Amino acid sequence: MNETTPVAVAQVPPPRKRPAVRGDGAPHRGAGHRPAPARRLLELLRSQGVLAVLLAVVTTASFVYPTFATLDNARGVTVQASFLAVVALGMTLVIITGGIDLSVGSVFALGGVLAAWASQWGVLPALLAPLLVCGAIGLLNGFLIARAAMAPFIVTLATLLAARGLLLAVTDEGATTYLVPKGSAFAGLGQGSVWGFGHPVLIALVLFGAGGLLLQRTSSGQTLFAVGGSSDAATLMGLPVARTKLLVYTLSGLLAGLAGALNAARLSSGVTIVGVGMELDAISAVVIGGTLLAGGAGSISGTLWGVLLLAVIQNLINQIGSLNSSYQSVVSGGFLIVVVVAQRCLARGRRAG
Amino acid sequence: MAPPEAVPQQEQEQKQVPEQVRQSAPAAVLEARSVSKRFPGVMALDDVSFSLRAGETHALVGENGAGKSTLIKVLTGVHRPDGGELRLGGQPVRFARPFEAQQAGISTIHQEVNLVPLMSVARNIFLGREPKNRIGLIDFARMHGEATELLDGFGIRVDPRKPLHTLGIGTQQMVALARAVSVDAQVVIMDEPTSSLEPREVETLFRIIGNLRCQGIAVLYVSHRMDELYRICDRVTVLRDGRHIHTGDLAGLGRVRLVSMMLGRDLSEARRTGLTRFDGDGRGDGHGDGRGDGHGEERDEGNDVAGTPERTPALTATRLNRRHQLHDISLSLYGGEVLGLGGLLGSGRSETAKVLAGALSLDSGELTVGGRTLRRMGSAGAIRAGISLLPEDRKAEGIVPGLSVRENIVLAAMPRLSRFGVVSRRKQDRVVDIFMRRLRIKASSPEQPVGELSGGNQQKVLLARWLCLEPKVLLLDEPTRGIDVGAKAEVQSLIDDLAREGLAVLLISSDIEELIEGADRVVVLRGGSVAGELEGDAVTESRLLEALADHSPAPTGKAPAGQEDPR
Repeated sequence: MNETTPVAVAQVPPPRKRPAVRGDGAPHRGAGHRPAPARRLLELLRSQGVLAVLLAVVTTASFVYPTFATLDNARGVTVQASFLAVVALGMTLVIITGGIDLSVGSVFALGGVLAAWASQWGVLPALLAPLLVCGAIGLLNGFLIARAAMAPFIVTLATLLAARGLLLAVTDEGATTYLVPKGSAFAGLGQGSVWGFGHPVLIALVLFGAGGLLLQRTSSGQTLFAVGGSSDAATLMGLPVARTKLLVYTLSGLLAGLAGALNAARLSSGVTIVGVGMELDAISAVVIGGTLLAGGAGSISGTLWGVLLLAVIQNLINQIGSLNSSYQSVVSGGFLIVVVVAQRCLARGRRAG
Repeated sequence: MAPPEAVPQQEQEQKQVPEQVRQSAPAAVLEARSVSKRFPGVMALDDVSFSLRAGETHALVGENGAGKSTLIKVLTGVHRPDGGELRLGGQPVRFARPFEAQQAGISTIHQEVNLVPLMSVARNIFLGREPKNRIGLIDFARMHGEATELLDGFGIRVDPRKPLHTLGIGTQQMVALARAVSVDAQVVIMDEPTSSLEPREVETLFRIIGNLRCQGIAVLYVSHRMDELYRICDRVTVLRDGRHIHTGDLAGLGRVRLVSMMLGRDLSEARRTGLTRFDGDGRGDGHGDGRGDGHGEERDEGNDVAGTPERTPALTATRLNRRHQLHDISLSLYGGEVLGLGGLLGSGRSETAKVLAGALSLDSGELTVGGRTLRRMGSAGAIRAGISLLPEDRKAEGIVPGLSVRENIVLAAMPRLSRFGVVSRRKQDRVVDIFMRRLRIKASSPEQPVGELSGGNQQKVLLARWLCLEPKVLLLDEPTRGIDVGAKAEVQSLIDDLAREGLAVLLISSDIEELIEGADRVVVLRGGSVAGELEGDAVTESRLLEALADHSPAPTGKAPAGQEDPR
């Protein structure tokens, strides 16, 4: 018996050529399967609709407010946006897996304080201290969510409080403000610029590039989508579900900590009152960027446009001047609702199609 | 297609080896030895041994609760066995996770499509093993090309970039199949793969199974569709109540015999009455007794209190249709009678009950309750119309284990026991007291949590819940499953009492004896349509078995798919 089987297999050529998983041949092209133009437009709108809105707002504003479309203003807006962008990058990964990370605002603030405190010993400690601590908080989040199967909302709400408490302990209830030494390399990280664009902007762009590659072009990235789309299916497919969750929450903690450190470098001090409610801004940006809050679909680039859109709106309100800046939140809230409704309509259209 | 001489050679050799020898033959790709798996309160698998040989298609059959799913989950690493061992290619293996089973070459197609709906077809197929380019990034062009090629081989033309959820459920199932087959599997486990497929897709599936066979891949095929089993499977393993009942060649094994093994019925009577008396239309015209022809002119001599057919039925279902599940099911239910609904697993019996209770929607068909025709009613509408369903899975669909006996009983009757939204405790206590005494519910007090009661008493609590709604039609889906013998008899006599009091009762049971003894009439379903109706003396074990097993004269298996029969 044990001979027959191989023999039978050897004699019978496989009726269908099984494609090799690795090969050096020319890439196959799926011929004749182009999506219909309407569908492609719809698809583009869903993932990049925010880009269209952003361009429309920027174009309109450039005509209406002469001070808006200046290089200086662009530099200011992008630097302002870069910290939220880095936080939202981590949030995007978390939300794509179907989770949520509420702790990022506190972690951001904690990262800033730790960086400012450690900056007295040089640039390396100033980066390592926040990354280590904030990464550990992210890891704790991930561990409780992935291994102990606790709800992300509760776990990260707890670490939100805990990180804020830790921050108060480090700063003697906020009484001590650590200053970054003037002219140090660490301060340069936040304040320096290339062609007028601040280092934080460039760092954010590099991180977004890396994040995009991770999400779209690696197996781990695909696993993120699978976990968010159907956790059960991902488990049955043998994908490392728990490890993936651990990874995204850790990344989210690391990125929030890094953003906090950059912010501290820019402000030259560990300000304790930053980051309150930042998690909600980050979530808004992610959702405006087209990522499904339920998980399973989304993009890094959308988040980038979402962050920029929020920043531009804030900037415009400042430009208008007469409009109370309190209304900024109202306007971004309105945008959030419009985008979510539009998303749902598009999703329904896709299902029908 | 394969050169015809290669596979038959292998086949013939298999057939010459005696069964005992083959059980431990080294050609077994995957083998389970004395595998046991215990869940709280249930022995899901009890000392089950069986083996899968390279290149064979092996049927795994059994009724609900037989342990098929558990066995599959043990084989695929979802569950770890409590006892016994798995052997893969002769080596003992332990799978901690599904991933490890897949690494070892065991891939599975689950009954419900277990893919990610939002992701594209190609991504679903290649999740976790995407083709990479030189610097380790996913090569989408190649991935889409390979996916197209793979699906082309299955006769499916779809754009692999499309999100999976935009495809029909059958096509999704084929994508799952493509995924399962495209890994280097030695064993492919298919759990009810055809349940959502169109006939054309079923043919494609069989062709693919033929291809797998040619490649020496073993297929474990779980299905309730006898025709399919006999068409494509070489051997069959029967499980019942968590135990291994039989493994052997399918060819030469009669359908009635197979069904009787699944149901645990003795074959002798089925043999005696045989196929000769069952003459095709499932009505039993050959019977010369009073109630055999179902027209009812001799009804008045009936020995029961069942409603006379001249009365309007309590419930009439006309040509119920539900895609893939029910085809043109018509039946009437009279007050004062117990109508049995027989059928193997997957025959549509539970679906029928759910449709009648408004829990599943209909594609077409008509329901008349108490003379009124209902179109879309939903569960609440059905309850208002006086229809109550005691669901099959009382743990998942009925009992709230943390609540007390009292709370569980009055749950559905809450609106009736309250005024202005305030629940009257006094009324509750009275109702609960009546039913606890009447149904002889054994509990320390009405406040005892239901989760602490035995299965039989839990079932009675559920029954009480529906009875206090004063229904006219009671649908009972496997009311005695999983409860001990004494409680079973009590529930059964309770059903009789209820019918005698004028209730119309639909009794679904895979226990043939329960149907024969408990039901006045039995409607037999097969593959989602009515296969026959037995009345009065025609309700016998042999005739039921035949109706269940399909009475078409095909006792031996046909040639497996993918090749011509060489003999």
